[in-house]
Amino acid sequence: MEPVVTAIRQVPLEHYVALSFILFSIGLTGALFRRNTIIILMCLELMFNSVNLLLTAFSAHHSDPGGQVFVFFTMLVAAAEVTVGLAILVMMKRNVDSVDINQLNRLKG
Amino acid sequence: MQYLFYLFAAISVLSGLFVVTARNPVNSVIALIVCFLSIAGHYILLNAQFLAMVQVIVYTGAIMVLFLFVIMLLNLNNSTEPQKTLLTRIAAVVAGGVFLLTLLAATRQGVEIAAANPADASVGLVSHVGMALFKDFLLPFEVSSVLFLSAMVGALMLGKKEKVAA
Repeated sequence: MEPVVTAIRQVPLEHYVALSFILFSIGLTGALFRRNTIIILMCLELMFNSVNLLLTAFSAHHSDPGGQVFVFFTMLVAAAEVTVGLAILVMMKRNVDSVDINQLNRLKG
Repeated sequence: MQYLFYLFAAISVLSGLFVVTARNPVNSVIALIVCFLSIAGHYILLNAQFLAMVQVIVYTGAIMVLFLFVIMLLNLNNSTEPQKTLLTRIAAVVAGGVFLLTLLAATRQGVEIAAANPADASVGLVSHVGMALFKDFLLPFEVSSVLFLSAMVGALMLGKKEKVAA
């Protein structure tokens, strides 16, 4: 089993950290950049996945299954969040006939 | 091994950029599916076999298909796409870039963390993750089923047609 561990550690942890930061920034930029609500939800998913990748990389490098269990729970919460978010989106399309996030500014004082 | 990592990293970053820049929402969804598959490839490189399978089944198989269904149900395409002003777009890109710079600068001088456990190659296998899930995390696992039930009921209540003149 030792070759597997050395194979995992060939890629330094810093590169995983940098990759997930880049993916998180892309998701954040997208959430600010777009007005389409469904694209914003997809950018949220991208941010979720970058964090999942970071958790898994640390878990694999430090041989701790707790991190991977946490990723599993994150996926569960993401699935529940997407279900409710898309239901809200369908309701929004029905009520204001648009998917523009700027239509939802009625709470503004 | 390392080349595969950089290949998957390039695929995930490029498809992530395409998600943000694509005009048509269907193209965005396809790019996001490619991104999630490449992240599943990263999981396999990290020997997290259980997570790789869950990523393919749950994310690309269930969540993205849900997105695709909603896009087709709402009939979204280029012509209905709302556009932001140029100033807001520049501000968004600058904010994201500055955020990335801050994160990278904060972690540039890395701190050496000693591994908490001795090296174990079987940590990402189904049996190992399953033991952790059903021994140490049994209560959160059961509570998450209640979360799913409430999400399902909430989605049904939100999706139901409202009565006219309530």
